[in-house]
Amino acid sequence: MSETELDGGRVSDTGTTLDDYTDRYAHRVNGMTASEIRALFAVANRPEVVSLAGGMPYVAALPLDTVGSMVGELIAQQGDTALQYGLGQGMLELRERICELMADVGIDAHMGASPDDVVVTVGGQQALDLVARLFLDPGDVVLAEGPTYVGALGVFQAAQARVVHVPMDDEGLIPEALEEAVVRFRAKFLYTIPTYQNPAGVTLTEQRRERVLEICERAGLLVIEDDPYGRLGFHEEAPLPLRARRRDGVFYLSTFSKTFAPGLRVGWILAPHAVRDKLVMTTEANILCPSNFAQSVITTYLRTMPWREQLKGYQQLYGERRDAMLTALSDLMPEGTTWTKPGGGLFVWATLPDGLDSKAMVPRAIAARVAYVPGTGFYADGNGRQHMRLNFSYPTPERIREGVRRLAGVVEQDLAMRAVFREAM
Amino acid sequence: MNVLVLAGGLSYERDVSLRSGRRVMDALLSVGVEAEMRDADVSLLPSLANDPPDAVFIALHGSTGEDGSLRGVLELCGVPYVGPDAFASRLAWDKPSAKAVLREHHIPTPDWVALPHDRFSELGAVAVLDRIVARLGLPLMVKPAQGGSGLGATVVRDPNSLPAAMVSCFAYDQTALIERYIEGVDVAVSIVDLGEGPIALPLVEIVPSNGVYDYAARYTAGLTTWHAPARLDLAVSESVVMTALDAHKSLGLRDLSRVDLIVGPDGLATVLEVNVAPGMTETSLLPMAVQAAGMDLGEVLAQIVRRAARR
Repeated sequence: MSETELDGGRVSDTGTTLDDYTDRYAHRVNGMTASEIRALFAVANRPEVVSLAGGMPYVAALPLDTVGSMVGELIAQQGDTALQYGLGQGMLELRERICELMADVGIDAHMGASPDDVVVTVGGQQALDLVARLFLDPGDVVLAEGPTYVGALGVFQAAQARVVHVPMDDEGLIPEALEEAVVRFRAKFLYTIPTYQNPAGVTLTEQRRERVLEICERAGLLVIEDDPYGRLGFHEEAPLPLRARRRDGVFYLSTFSKTFAPGLRVGWILAPHAVRDKLVMTTEANILCPSNFAQSVITTYLRTMPWREQLKGYQQLYGERRDAMLTALSDLMPEGTTWTKPGGGLFVWATLPDGLDSKAMVPRAIAARVAYVPGTGFYADGNGRQHMRLNFSYPTPERIREGVRRLAGVVEQDLAMRAVFREAM
Repeated sequence: MNVLVLAGGLSYERDVSLRSGRRVMDALLSVGVEAEMRDADVSLLPSLANDPPDAVFIALHGSTGEDGSLRGVLELCGVPYVGPDAFASRLAWDKPSAKAVLREHHIPTPDWVALPHDRFSELGAVAVLDRIVARLGLPLMVKPAQGGSGLGATVVRDPNSLPAAMVSCFAYDQTALIERYIEGVDVAVSIVDLGEGPIALPLVEIVPSNGVYDYAARYTAGLTTWHAPARLDLAVSESVVMTALDAHKSLGLRDLSRVDLIVGPDGLATVLEVNVAPGMTETSLLPMAVQAAGMDLGEVLAQIVRRAARR
């Protein structure tokens, strides 16, 4: 600190930005700022607020007592392995179980799936991160659906890649739009969540799956298929994954977060051996190895507990909640609002009447004690203001209806306010 | 002595409040004062009844902590608390009311009008906005009549952007405060009473990197440069201090406050607002001022709390 006398006064230069490292951060840190919108959501976990903003599965539906005993026995009997470091690629028995699960949906040995080509990750999120680390240099282009999963955007941003969104409609990614994008941009890969997409809730139809694959094959474009929700269809079976239709050109990512529980942080990637080797090297450098404990819990769960029944239980529960949400939206939302009707998964994607801005509406919603995720979070290019993502998996049907009621009130207020100022704008 | 730090609440500033509360609690613990943190929720009153603290430190920002209602409830419970009483708190929280008091005491504050959104629909938005611009001129500052952390606030330099600024402001509050925007240096004066009457801590000068002290600029380390003490010459500093202390006293405040002012090129200090539950986060202004004074935050807070406990 220095002080200088100046014209009878004193001036001291004691400026601080409270961050001693501003000139030392990596470029990828640019733009990391405290977010007003994220801060507003701090109220979402107060019981007074109906949160339609989460992405949380309803883990209370698990038989927690039984799971607890299972875990206790696991530690007692296999603690020395379960609590130890393990293979960077993940435990063999889990990778074998994962192959059994994938075989259920057509990704079997015939399609080139083997435990050797599975890499266990810390949730689907780390799977995405590994793919990005392997394939993306700063400035590379990624094609993604518009909207797409916010976690993926975070990964691509950290890799300093450029995301180009390809529009969807009620049947998923629009093939013609993909074709155009593939010609205009030299992308490293297409990132897609074809089934019960987060956030849009839509599913790529059977016919479009073949078309999308043809377009990518012709362009030599790698497809990263992210499938966390494929097993969560209500009263229906989803079309088979893209990876079930092609041995090459598609890497398949999935997770146990929604089919079992997110707290364990266990996901995986299926990739051909050359890629898999590099994924393993990368993940070892990143995390050493995924949690043996978490993997053991899942392996034991799959081996000893009625997990298919549990899955059916989740499907039923979420199906009821989806119905509650769709009914409430239909009964209560003002004219001009539209929404998707998902056949599975956790989310509905709503579109507001013209002129409304879901991000600008957040403070009103907070005051009305309801939370949702503004659509802008799901686009890298600032789009999404007319949309919002609504979660139905976590709140009860009564809370869902109450939440939609409050939300409808917020939309009405906003419509009224904008009408007042429209003539002035 | 044991202190209950209230933090969280259901306002727009809950996130800021939780961080303020933790810092206050840690500071008090560091000087040997027993402190714990609680949210203002259904468990609060039973806890006050069963295990009353010697005093409550209100680190709640936004309406819960600052509109006076919670203080009224604490009075009903017979629990002493830090800061002004319910009435003074309410007055300071409602900016138009606070400004009216300042004006009555000849303390400079920008010319203003405060309008609830209903007036715009009743009288026609175009007519009202035209009148505002004609009367107050440009640039203007539009902000919620009750609010903090820069939420809902916009500087309007072009009349065409005024309607959008109004809509944005009304997302946060029913009433908008529209005032003349004063160009100058942003200065925060933190005031504490350690037993000898209110004193001003070193002035903090705020220089946001993109010119606007919005939410991101306030709470992201690295986006704003703060100078403590402010780079003002002595005469101007003294005048700023006098103005701030006058503002604190005229509103009937107590224990601590933070007065936000603009110092114009002519050295004139204009009061923008007065805060009765100033932020205590890692990037907040009062702790910065305490540090610039060479004092320890924990000691300062402990002294204030001890005085409050004796009430």
